[in-house]
Amino acid sequence: MASTARRDAPEPPDFGILKRLARDQLIYLLEQLPGRKDLFIEPDLMSPLDRIANVSVLKHEVDKLYRVENRPAPSTSDQLCFLVRPRVRTMRYIADIVNADKMSGRSRKYKIIFSPQKFYACEMVLEEEGVFGDVTCDEWSFYLLPLDEDIISMELPEFFRDYFLEGDHRWINSVARALQLLNSLYGPFSRVYGIGRCAKMSYELWRDLEEESENDGQGRKPEIGNIFLMDRDMDYVTALCSQVVYEGLVDDTFRIKCGSVDFGPEVTSSDKSIKVLLNAQDKIFSQIRNEHFSSVFGFLSQKSRNLQAQYDRRQGMDIKQMKNFVSQELKGLKQEHRLLSLHIGACESIMKKKTKQDFQEMIKVEHALLEGFDIRESTSFIEEHIDRQVSPIESLRLMCLLSITENGLIPKDYRSLKTQYLQSYGPEHLLTFHNLKRIGLLTEQAAGETLTAVESRVSKLVTDRAAGKITDAFNSLAKKSNFRAISKKLSLIPRVDGEYNLKMPPDMAYVFSGAYTPLSCKIVEQVLERRGWQGLEEVVRLLNGNEFAMADGAPEDGAGGDAQRVVVAVFLGGCTFSEIAALRFLGKERGCRFIFLTTAITSSARMMEAMAEAKA
Amino acid sequence: MSRARADEEEYWHSSKFRAFTFDDEDDELSQLKESKRAVNSLRDIVDDDDDDLEKVSWSGEPVGRRNRLPSLPSLSDAFSDTGVKNYAPELRRPRAEYKDYSNDWSPRDTVRRMQRGKVCSLERFRSLQDKMVLLDEAVAGHDGNVITAVLIFLKRTLRREVLFRELEVRQVALCHLIHFLKETGEQKLLLDLLRFLDRTEEVALSQYREHLNIQDVEKKREFLKGCIGLPFSAEDISHIQDHYTLLERQIIIETNDRHLAMAGQSEIFRKYPRKASILNMPLVTTLFYSCFYHYTEAEGTFSSPTNLKKTFKIPDKQYVLTALAARAKLRAWEDVDALLTTKNWLGYTKKKAPIGFHRVVEILQRNNAPVQVLQEYVRLVEDVETRLNLATKYKCHDVVIDTYRDLKDRIQLMAYKCKVERGSAEEEKINSLLSNMQIRWKN
Repeated sequence: MASTARRDAPEPPDFGILKRLARDQLIYLLEQLPGRKDLFIEPDLMSPLDRIANVSVLKHEVDKLYRVENRPAPSTSDQLCFLVRPRVRTMRYIADIVNADKMSGRSRKYKIIFSPQKFYACEMVLEEEGVFGDVTCDEWSFYLLPLDEDIISMELPEFFRDYFLEGDHRWINSVARALQLLNSLYGPFSRVYGIGRCAKMSYELWRDLEEESENDGQGRKPEIGNIFLMDRDMDYVTALCSQVVYEGLVDDTFRIKCGSVDFGPEVTSSDKSIKVLLNAQDKIFSQIRNEHFSSVFGFLSQKSRNLQAQYDRRQGMDIKQMKNFVSQELKGLKQEHRLLSLHIGACESIMKKKTKQDFQEMIKVEHALLEGFDIRESTSFIEEHIDRQVSPIESLRLMCLLSITENGLIPKDYRSLKTQYLQSYGPEHLLTFHNLKRIGLLTEQAAGETLTAVESRVSKLVTDRAAGKITDAFNSLAKKSNFRAISKKLSLIPRVDGEYNLKMPPDMAYVFSGAYTPLSCKIVEQVLERRGWQGLEEVVRLLNGNEFAMADGAPEDGAGGDAQRVVVAVFLGGCTFSEIAALRFLGKERGCRFIFLTTAITSSARMMEAMAEAKA
Repeated sequence: MSRARADEEEYWHSSKFRAFTFDDEDDELSQLKESKRAVNSLRDIVDDDDDDLEKVSWSGEPVGRRNRLPSLPSLSDAFSDTGVKNYAPELRRPRAEYKDYSNDWSPRDTVRRMQRGKVCSLERFRSLQDKMVLLDEAVAGHDGNVITAVLIFLKRTLRREVLFRELEVRQVALCHLIHFLKETGEQKLLLDLLRFLDRTEEVALSQYREHLNIQDVEKKREFLKGCIGLPFSAEDISHIQDHYTLLERQIIIETNDRHLAMAGQSEIFRKYPRKASILNMPLVTTLFYSCFYHYTEAEGTFSSPTNLKKTFKIPDKQYVLTALAARAKLRAWEDVDALLTTKNWLGYTKKKAPIGFHRVVEILQRNNAPVQVLQEYVRLVEDVETRLNLATKYKCHDVVIDTYRDLKDRIQLMAYKCKVERGSAEEEKINSLLSNMQIRWKN
């Protein structure tokens, strides 16, 4: 990366082709069931589908559309096609339809299209339900959905729970295939970095796939030169903090879903909701998305004044000028006006909600936790939050933040907070606490001793060959966050003389009001700067290892052209908009371009919700 | 596992990989890219359209030709249908299966083929050693889908104790089996496995989890009663006990109150009709409900707040907070006063708020308490700055004036004069203070 002269970051590659490939394959698959048919779509797949094809494209192939849900389908078609995620639950739903048809002597054709891939467990369910030969199965290899010019999502929010909580490696193959696809279209990547167990496994499986495929990509000019893989559990702290950059706040407040958001009546100041795509194409949004919230108002009001001035030019125009104005400028101005008023409405609504929630006080508590002072006061703040039955998700998030920054709660606090939580939000959250403990987000201090006892007992049974594996498994269980030590080593809490300048931020810490530099982004910065992990040994040890760095004949400085300044940052388990903003900032500073590849966009609320136990 | 895949699938897979490895020079890819760019440049124009904010979406109700009348299936339809459905898959199967049986893949190759989504028979892995080599290969291959596939095979071909024993030293595979059993809902086998592993707490939690799926409250209560004997940790056993007791109480209260509300005799239920049933609500919500509808009841009744407080050992702070919110909502200011008043042994009364008076003020204000009520508690806020802030915000003039007087801050007091009404008692008070020669102003 350039450290001297500031260069402009290269433009991101065109990811539109990914959408095109996905759409073409889907149409091809639908054609494999010729004739009239009804299509059942998994609700989770609707928004992604929305982004690559519109209804009319599929109307050529499909009669009626239904969503896969827990009630019998009214379809009368003779051919049913199911577009689904590979889930046991969904297989049972389909099997029920097939079996009901069989009972009533009805004969139809059934086809299941799995996205992004089929699981053996699904086929097993079909076999058990006695419908195996009655349905045909296909795979729609829709691994990568470009959400924006620099964000690609796998749209697999369940990755987080499946891997980090349940320890299931089912999505690693999907990640490896996604990397293979990206590498074949925009690579070959010459430098690969990573940290985390899942990152390492994904990398190894991807290498395997590459070795096998005939095409080695030699001689092609790459568009992307570097890739960095990171597990979400390397840094939970960042994901747990309240977001204060605009895009993060919009996500925390309204939930951005697949790159679009539903602005309700409180934002639109009308009686209807409006669905808005939030991306680089939105001329207003693209200028404020990465800004600290405090700078957004100023920008919006400046824009409004400019707009007013442009409208005002109408006065004193003659007919001809007026005609020109209407035909050439008015439409653009109207569009801008519309976007402007939406974002102003969103800001107002965010302000209203945040004032109600004691946001200022909460941010103060978060900063205290990050820096490690006033722990008692912070604990009582959380306690009061729980007692007042303020949002259950927020209470949980604050407790997790306390636990991770402090390497676990002291047993007395753990018990009392847990008891009060169960009393305020319901006893069944006992299960949520158990999950949070297993994943390491909310733990009790001094659990180390009991664990060692179990470990030694089990290791007596362990054969030499398996010893490595089992120690690994226990390491991940016993893993302490070591946040305080890491924070010190990497100077995550910036030392500022006087006021931190949020308008002209000096570093990535601006995404948290200058109070904290996101750990995940700091690691990326450090490794890219050093071209590897040299000098970061202590940090790696505190993060529990599993780091790697490979350079396949990477060209030296300058020789690689623009591709060497393009980095794919892969977040396994989700990435937040704050992290995206921080790395975009870093890219601008260093003249490089980050592309974000994530299993899903995440946030503290999504992470907490993934830990709750739902009804089956 | 060893079922056939359709020829079409094979075709697609082979062609898919070719498609993904086009070189840049390749005609099709560059054409594709070019057209994409063309479309992109067009989109800017299209996007300016006024309608672009409301796109047609998949996420609504079933779209499509909804109004089409369902047509009766014709005879010919029925004919062609059965024909295709029953024979087509059969015709394709043998060829694919033949291919698989003809090769004796090594464990490693078997795993690799499965990772690529190819069908592979596992039946020839019959000795325990072969099975475990296969499992270890699957784990080493990092693909959870394949690990689970192997586990499904092992589960079918090994006695459970043998399988459990082998998995005890294979943690990654063990996680996969546990997750698989959770997903398929094989609860009995899951519990056996957890018991075998001595994970007693998980056994208990896993059984307790089932209550989420019980709709009927009576059945749920019975189920929770049974949960009390499960091997929870000492800490959790009291939570389970509380859960049971809470639901038991709620059932009693609900039956009673539904009856009361229907009869229309009770004023409180007539004036403030219940919005929802109290069943399955958290304890604090139940306490709020009880403070709202049953505040004055004697401790002996199950629905009284004091009874709940005692039974569930609700901390003072939590109790006051909840009771305050409930009484303020009813605008029962006398109750609020009584709640915050304590008597010492000499019979003197004193105001005390375990939650801090700034919170009290906040709760009262949210329930539109009159200034007279509000200012009494604003005055009790200890921190001077907070007190001034609150008093100014809620126009408790008396408190502001008295505080400035105590601070001997003449300038602030003078400045405040313009915030009160002309000719009001407050203005008079300020004037008389300012002209009081006894006070030693600091400025």
